[in-house]
Amino acid sequence: MKKIDYLLAGVGGQGTILASRILAHTGLELGYDVKTAEVHGMAQRGGSVESHVRWGKKVHSPLVEHGMADYLIGFEMVEAARWLTYLNNNSVTFINRFRIPPLLVTLGKARYPSEKEIENLLQSRGGKVKWLSADDLAKDAGNPAMAGVVLLGALSNLVGGGREIWLKVIKQLVPARFVEMNQKAFLAGRDAGPG
Amino acid sequence: MKELMTGNEALAYGAYLSGVRVGAGYPGTPGTQIMEKFASFPGVHAEWAPNEKVALDVGIGAAFAGTRALVSMKHVGLNVAADSLFYAVYTGLNAGLLIACADDPGMHSSQNEQDNRNYAKFARAPMLEPSDSEEAKQFAATALEMSETFDTPVIVRFVTRTSHSSSVVDVDPAAVPPPVKENKPYKREIGKFVMVPGNARRRHPVVEERIGKLREYAETTPLNRIEPGNDDWGIVASGAVYQYAREVFPEATFLRLGMVYPLPEKRIREFAGRVKKILVIEELDPFFEEQFRLLGIPVSGKDVFPIVGEFSPSLIRQAAIKAGILPAAVSGFSAAPASDIPIPVRPPILCPGCGHRGMFTVLKEAGVVVMGDIGCYTLGAASPLEALHFCGCMGASIGVAHGMDKGGIPDRLVAVIGDSTLFHSGLHPLINTLYNQGKTTTIIADNGTTSMTGHQHHPGTGYTLQKQPTVKVDLERMIRGIGFNKVDVCDPNKRDDFRKILEDHLKSDEASVIIARRPCALQSRERRTPPRIDPELCLNCGTCLDIGCPPLIQQEDCVSINEALCTGCGLCVQVCPSDAISQEEN
Repeated sequence: MKKIDYLLAGVGGQGTILASRILAHTGLELGYDVKTAEVHGMAQRGGSVESHVRWGKKVHSPLVEHGMADYLIGFEMVEAARWLTYLNNNSVTFINRFRIPPLLVTLGKARYPSEKEIENLLQSRGGKVKWLSADDLAKDAGNPAMAGVVLLGALSNLVGGGREIWLKVIKQLVPARFVEMNQKAFLAGRDAGPG
Repeated sequence: MKELMTGNEALAYGAYLSGVRVGAGYPGTPGTQIMEKFASFPGVHAEWAPNEKVALDVGIGAAFAGTRALVSMKHVGLNVAADSLFYAVYTGLNAGLLIACADDPGMHSSQNEQDNRNYAKFARAPMLEPSDSEEAKQFAATALEMSETFDTPVIVRFVTRTSHSSSVVDVDPAAVPPPVKENKPYKREIGKFVMVPGNARRRHPVVEERIGKLREYAETTPLNRIEPGNDDWGIVASGAVYQYAREVFPEATFLRLGMVYPLPEKRIREFAGRVKKILVIEELDPFFEEQFRLLGIPVSGKDVFPIVGEFSPSLIRQAAIKAGILPAAVSGFSAAPASDIPIPVRPPILCPGCGHRGMFTVLKEAGVVVMGDIGCYTLGAASPLEALHFCGCMGASIGVAHGMDKGGIPDRLVAVIGDSTLFHSGLHPLINTLYNQGKTTTIIADNGTTSMTGHQHHPGTGYTLQKQPTVKVDLERMIRGIGFNKVDVCDPNKRDDFRKILEDHLKSDEASVIIARRPCALQSRERRTPPRIDPELCLNCGTCLDIGCPPLIQQEDCVSINEALCTGCGLCVQVCPSDAISQEEN
């Protein structure tokens, strides 16, 4: 049973915590030992947030080591680039083609890097970069707030677990009235992601 | 059955299964969810106290009455509760008392990174430190047993990465707490419970004798253990750091300390006798390292690892490589790519629609000195609002403002404090300002909740932690009741109203209070139609951007509004100098 380290990066309020819970519970369903780490609380509202999720036979540290992450799930373009140094040289990054300009950018005091610059940066680690318009796909499924679930759908093609397992975990973790919508978003991501 | 839980949740679960029936705490990252989780169990009483000292007194009282109790707080909360911790160590209790306390190395959400292991030694209270959620559950039970065996409060220390990390916990769905039995009878025992000097003098030797017994206990408890491996290096670690070190040094012999105070001398000597060299890996203070050195055992510790900041497996590995303890090559790791593309920083910001934003724009324009406090409004110090001059600890704003006033900055000075923080520790300094003939204007940024930690109830919300309707303390009546005559209430996002009241208070020679009341935008979810920007009228001057509201984005020719983020609060409409922003009434 090979270890798999994930890093989920986004902006506070984007739903990284729910996505990391889905990922963690799926790992548990697949028979892995699982640990996660993140910082909770409204203190993170609107700021950079990152969640660590680790699957393995036996996981000690809840934190992923620099240079060891197998997958980076970027909920926002610049946030994906921020956690770059965590990636290993065979990693895959799933990146949402979505910008939330930091305040310094809206104030005109900093520049938001271009899509090409971010792609170059991520590829400089030697891994693959998969772009998704996850917000659009989530919007089609009912609510752009489910972009994280779309990204998980794309990721699910590469890390094991039949769709039934993922859909079951979503059902367990999402409030009843949002289950169908989230499952739809997940499947949209799964169809859009690498086969 | 296996379940994923955070350390906070697992400790609450363990405490519940161990028969704890009374819980009290004050919210604070990263420890907030301990009491929230405990409150969700059937048959328990759980409460948010106004501050950590009150919470601890409540827990001590419940334990005096013969009921097991849980008290929770963040690390700096123990500063507030310290007075009570110290007497409780002297008096002892009548049932188990568990104090769960969460440190924040790296200061994800705190004003300092004090190492609360020092409190254990300082107060002579035993301290345990779990390294994952399963241990958090188990250590809760152990702590309560220890508390009763040795007649002392027991502290369980968390750090952010044990509080907020999830890991697998063994759950028995059929498990229930032991049945409620008759409380151990409460007896009047003056010599034990009345800490006048004569009695306290007799209790202090009891405390020292107890620590001796706890030291013996530390020698045999399975909480501490030697994990045999390669004896070239012996690693000493506890808590989250133990888990990091296990990954970086998979082959080494470990002394793993689940009980961090008092330490087991014989076991330490046994460990030192079997390994060639000792490496103490501990976040923050050299707490273990100093104890080893006192025993005359040479170690490496803070000469290899930093005394500041949060650790991680990466940090431990890099420090060990630098010190020549580990070889440099690690498969899968490569240096970060050279990049000249700056990634813009993204600090947390006030939410769209937040009342603090209106308040700070007016305060900044008024050019007043603003003594701040702990809460979301601390973000008023950051660019572009840049209105806050000070933030120290809970409740400090009002006393510091009064001192500034007496010390020579009498004009145009205000204190800003949130509603929950006022209930926590703002009332005494408010009384002090009035009593000692101050003239500070105190602004209570009243958003009706404890917002920064995630919307917890407090004495002004009308609900308890367990969601029972209760007395709603009326801020205005309370403040008038203290003796303040000049008290005004207004919505700080109505800038003209707020400015008028502010100027009136600043001119006044009496101590006064402005209640700047606007419900937390994140909690109320109140929305109005977003304003529109007329591109013909917009000069793209950037005045509206200076309020630092996330939906406002500067485009090439004019500013635009991201309607998905906008709550329609209308603050930007009020600041636009060219009337380019307008909003429908609704």
